[in-house]
Amino acid sequence: MASAVDSLPIVGNHPQAEVRSCDTTSLPVCLTAQQFIRWHAVVAVVFLLIGGIGALLLALTRWPAVHLLDAEWYYRILTLHGLNMLIFWILSFEIAVLYFAGTVLLNTRLASKWAAYVCFGMMLVGSVMVDITIMGGKADVLMTSYVPLMATPWFYLGIIILAVGALIGVFNFLATIYIAKRDHTYEGSVPLVVFGATAAAIIAVGTLLHGAVVMIPTWLWSMGVISEIDPSWYRITWWGLGHMSQQVNVCAMVSIWYLLGTLTVGAKPLNQAVCRGAFVLYILFINLASAHHLLVDPGVGAGWKIWNTSYAMYLAVLASMIHGFTVPASIEVAMRGKGFTRGMFGWLAAAPWSNPGFSGFFLSLIIFGFGGGITGVVLGTQQINIMAHNTLRIPGHFHVTVVGGTTLAFMALTYYVVPLIFQRDFYAKTLCRLQPYVFGGGITLMAVGMSFAGSYGVPRRHWDIEFTGGQFAVGFDAGAHAMLGIMGVGAVIAVIGLLMYVLLVVAAVFFGPRIAGQAMPPWHEEPARPADAVTDQSEEHKTPGTLVLAIVFLAAFAVYYFANWMWLADVWEVR
Amino acid sequence: MATRDPNGKHPIQKLMDNPWLLLVLGIVIPTVSYTIWGWIELWLVPTATLP
Repeated sequence: MASAVDSLPIVGNHPQAEVRSCDTTSLPVCLTAQQFIRWHAVVAVVFLLIGGIGALLLALTRWPAVHLLDAEWYYRILTLHGLNMLIFWILSFEIAVLYFAGTVLLNTRLASKWAAYVCFGMMLVGSVMVDITIMGGKADVLMTSYVPLMATPWFYLGIIILAVGALIGVFNFLATIYIAKRDHTYEGSVPLVVFGATAAAIIAVGTLLHGAVVMIPTWLWSMGVISEIDPSWYRITWWGLGHMSQQVNVCAMVSIWYLLGTLTVGAKPLNQAVCRGAFVLYILFINLASAHHLLVDPGVGAGWKIWNTSYAMYLAVLASMIHGFTVPASIEVAMRGKGFTRGMFGWLAAAPWSNPGFSGFFLSLIIFGFGGGITGVVLGTQQINIMAHNTLRIPGHFHVTVVGGTTLAFMALTYYVVPLIFQRDFYAKTLCRLQPYVFGGGITLMAVGMSFAGSYGVPRRHWDIEFTGGQFAVGFDAGAHAMLGIMGVGAVIAVIGLLMYVLLVVAAVFFGPRIAGQAMPPWHEEPARPADAVTDQSEEHKTPGTLVLAIVFLAAFAVYYFANWMWLADVWEVR
Repeated sequence: MATRDPNGKHPIQKLMDNPWLLLVLGIVIPTVSYTIWGWIELWLVPTATLP
């Protein structure tokens, strides 16, 4: 099988003058795909900026010492933040990733230019419609828009237009891999990165179909055509959109890990069959995790909850643990192959931490695995969930999966997308090198504050936990307030990291030095092979460091799992 | 035990090389296990009676 990125000659199915050879990788770049990758990436960054400004306002409101916004604007900005961050930014970037993986890595043209136009237009129009309705005060219904909360019909219509546009983009990707196979533009199986992108696309189809099933009747209800939407039915079906869309992110993020491993240190997947098998487990089982959101819903029984959040879903957790091992192990093998064989972690110390593509990707891996993975499995356990449901522990969890994991991985990839696809170089490279650390550090601190505040019982989505002016004195003790302060400080740092990213990318894309016709400037110098490097080839294929990291991970998981069961036992006292 | 076809491809490899079959499975399994089963559970909830 091919590795993640193999050098291919230009013998694909590209029409003349619609392809160029990448000056750095020699990969053939379909110019039509390149145009749409650029457009989707630019729009994605704009939505990231909108969502990031919203994040700052929200954090400064949930931080009781600041409490910036009034109640109306808090819920308005919360709606704006959720949709721009979780849907518009990520979905736009993912369509760009699909077009890249489908065309460049398979040496083929994009299946349909017109479908790409329609996709881009509908996604942009739908997203802008939604943002306008929110900022106009016509859709203060939060991202979930649970009925019977009702927004203006334009809000639901905007989401439907966005979803249909994205679905067209996904099918354009699937059509692209079809014509690549038909025209024999590659040999054997598709590269692993394309396989991962295909898994993301498949999950996206199921996600967007659920979106259509729930949003079209809700839109009709908002216009008075339908008299009632059952709230329980809405919640089950909406989470088929809301949670499944986050599984698209997981697949795209893992694919980007493999891609960046190759681009930064020349890593190759340890075992193609195992890695692909893990993606198949995602395709088959990861979407069942949507049931996590309904663990305290009375309408669905324990059998449904336990099957969908435990037995079957753990097969998807297994997939994440496989990737969590094979990705760092592939880095270790690549670094040991370069002679960094000293001790358990000599390979990790010598890794190119000054390369933002590497540091962003590896931090994303650590934050997602240790933060998001462990908390996700524990919070998704039915019994433990009863303590954590609707507390700040839940956003504490998903900010280290979707933001510390997916968004940081997307940011890391951008440090290669701009020079390779936009053919521009970055300014202020010291800031570029710092940016992943600022953003990753900030988001981790914020999530820690959120999670521990949630452990004190602080609710999520709540404007004023002190119930100021209420008949009775309520509120949380000093520990909870300290954690909310930590959350606020972390959020400010993360937003600084986000603004650094936006400024650096905008400066490079619109004003950066053109580098067309030349290889991209390397982000790091290849270190010389150590003089004491082990020459025994078998030493270079061992992964003791990754094995130790995996054991540390499992130990952390066991401690956190045990602690949560202890807390659950403390909820009631038996004498 | 799985057998290879004359071209030497393992059945699991054939599955992984078939995005259309994966697409069908990837939609059917969660739709049946999560969505339809969930709808049936709601449908079977008895109507509440007034006290």
